[in-house]
Amino acid sequence: MTIINFTPISSFLGGLLIGLAVVIFFLGNGRIAGISGITNNLLFSKTNRLDNLLFILGIILGPILIQFFTGTPIPFVIETSLVMLVSAGLLVGVGTAIGGGCTSGHGVCGISRFSSRSIVATLLFMGAAILTVLFKGMI
Amino acid sequence: MNRFCSLVSGLVFGLGLTLSGMTNPEKVINFLNIFRAWDPSLAFVMIGAILISAPFFYLAKNKNKPLFAETFSWPTVKEIDSKLILGSLMFGIGWGLIGLCPGPAIASISLLSQPSFTFILSMLAGFSLVRAYNLIK
Repeated sequence: MTIINFTPISSFLGGLLIGLAVVIFFLGNGRIAGISGITNNLLFSKTNRLDNLLFILGIILGPILIQFFTGTPIPFVIETSLVMLVSAGLLVGVGTAIGGGCTSGHGVCGISRFSSRSIVATLLFMGAAILTVLFKGMI
Repeated sequence: MNRFCSLVSGLVFGLGLTLSGMTNPEKVINFLNIFRAWDPSLAFVMIGAILISAPFFYLAKNKNKPLFAETFSWPTVKEIDSKLILGSLMFGIGWGLIGLCPGPAIASISLLSQPSFTFILSMLAGFSLVRAYNLIK
């Protein structure tokens, strides 16, 4: 194993901002900032629809503002295989809907509340993701 | 005021995701690639986020209501059941295949990347499948 592209400071600062966003949403609106749930509800539920829409718009504005102020494009390198993109999207959509959360809802909010349910979920999706990358690299 | 709060929270979230590097699927894959060429940076995202939010969740336990809403919506489901386990495993496999989870996927809408739109539409189709299954069940 070798260590590559290590950016602990910007990643840590980004993490602090994500934590701050979670705090603003919870202390202000009393809600958990879980992005899979908010996106899902925006699609199917009338409850808090405008709030969900504004939250999602805010997230989309984030990269635009950073690009505007730094003047450099946001790095974005993604695989382009249609089969992979569709399979991954379906798995993430179905998985977060039945598992009740993703990296934000379980990984950040749940662990911050010391929820055993979220800690189990996070260990499982991290483990599954690590093994997927390992196996994909073998074929 | 709660509308403004939602927008600001989303914006700060989006800034954090971008600054942290989470929005780049390649960096996420390198973070998950612990057995070969490993980029441990994204572990610091979770550490930073939890460091800020954990104390506030603890403090909120003794508060009756949030600033701009009537009640705190604390999650009520506590069980570790087969749905949680199966769902989390499926999500992990999907995340590992491409390197996008829901937050960075939404943030990447601003980058107008065609592959990311394909991913997001498929994710929304996944939400819809579960919704349809729960309705007919």
